[in-house]
Amino acid sequence: MTDVPLDPVSIDVSRLLQRTVTSLYSHLVTRPTGRAVRMAIEAQLQVAGSCSLSLIDLTEVAILDFSCADEVVAKLLDDARANLAHEAFFVLRGVREPHRDQIQVVLERRSLAAVAETAPATFELLGACDEPERRAWGMVEEKGLVVDGELPTLLSGSEELAALERLVERRLVFRGPGSNRVHALSRLVERLL
Amino acid sequence: MNVIAIPGSLDHQTVDAFLDEVAVLEEGRSLFDVRHLRWVDPNGMVALLVAGTVAARRQGAVPRLELPESSDVLGYLSRMGFFEAAQEVFGLEGAPRRRGGGPSDVLLEITSIAANADVHEVVERVQSRAGAILSSKLGYPATSVVQFAVILSEVCQNIVEHADSAGWVAAQAYNWAKRLGRYVVVISVMDVGQGFRRSLGDEHSARYADRWGDATALEAAFLHGLTRFADSGRGQGIQQIRRQVQRWNGAITIRSGTARIGQVPDWDDTLPLADALQPFPGAQISIILPARSGP
Repeated sequence: MTDVPLDPVSIDVSRLLQRTVTSLYSHLVTRPTGRAVRMAIEAQLQVAGSCSLSLIDLTEVAILDFSCADEVVAKLLDDARANLAHEAFFVLRGVREPHRDQIQVVLERRSLAAVAETAPATFELLGACDEPERRAWGMVEEKGLVVDGELPTLLSGSEELAALERLVERRLVFRGPGSNRVHALSRLVERLL
Repeated sequence: MNVIAIPGSLDHQTVDAFLDEVAVLEEGRSLFDVRHLRWVDPNGMVALLVAGTVAARRQGAVPRLELPESSDVLGYLSRMGFFEAAQEVFGLEGAPRRRGGGPSDVLLEITSIAANADVHEVVERVQSRAGAILSSKLGYPATSVVQFAVILSEVCQNIVEHADSAGWVAAQAYNWAKRLGRYVVVISVMDVGQGFRRSLGDEHSARYADRWGDATALEAAFLHGLTRFADSGRGQGIQQIRRQVQRWNGAITIRSGTARIGQVPDWDDTLPLADALQPFPGAQISIILPARSGP
């Protein structure tokens, strides 16, 4: 796995909420709560290496409001994208129907996207993506791993090849630094599930 | 003594006229005469609290509240926790005590909102109670309790983040047999803070120039999602509340200062925008969610 130099980080948001804010609160609501949880996640990421893959597990979260989703998910991704010293990749887990809309909305609002497990073993791209990006991401997701030479046959034209480059930049897929192989984050995160 | 005679019905339809009357109270102590009240919904109850607060603030004297004569209304106000909240606002004599212990038919008792912990408390309460009411009375899917709790969370946070003042929230389900032929849930959230015009003024008034006022401030927040924060992630609370209320074919109105804006479905004859109301402090939000079909 030298092709994938990602430090795995697993974060149970519900447990973090009770440990960080107060054991009295069991729901992810209000901005201050979201801010505290995000800062706790960021503190965990600081001890990871310069390149990490984090599984943000929302499975046990019952209520997630828009304000908290913006703080915990959207700002976390936004801040990570701006951090050049640490290349952080994220996969959201447990994004079931009651949470999906909140996460979709807050990501779109900041022009962000994220890979999310929306049902057991089902991953989707949530947030702001154009159609070529969705097609390119779908291809990588289906294959799991794409080697450099396969790309011209798997992707239909320059538009999708450019979209794949954007997915790499947006950290929605991972390209091995030496091999140029492109990995679906859902496969890389399997060892954390 | 200013005597404010409360009409027989104090609900989302009559509450504007009541607040208008309180907005122009003259000097001297006030008496809120609730003796003839026969019907009150969360909008009416919470409006009494904000009205009393405004009267006390303006007149420098604690207003009096004359209790309802109807034992049904007294009992209902008691179950909704009105008198506990009212003791902080009014001079009260002989208010009945709420009987604790038994199961409550109340969706959300009147709850004071001053800090984020209060929002957590509201979400905790409705999450444990709302599911059964939303599914049995309104015919909403089981998962709707999450969206319902999210609406309450966002609308209450509006007080904490923007009002610079405390407020109250309450919710209850009713059978609107005559009016709509089905059940509704009524949510009321009101504060006596700075209101939308002042909250947004520093950031946005310049671009509106002399058009800036309560109505344009409400339009800016309600229709366009503007907020006083520069952060692009802010200002989505009211937008998403509107969207969810529309999905459920519900009605939402916000009064602030001299204006009221609303998103009203076919079954509601409330005007989408009303201006030239009497200037009442803060923001008063009403949400009505109807059942999917008849009982």
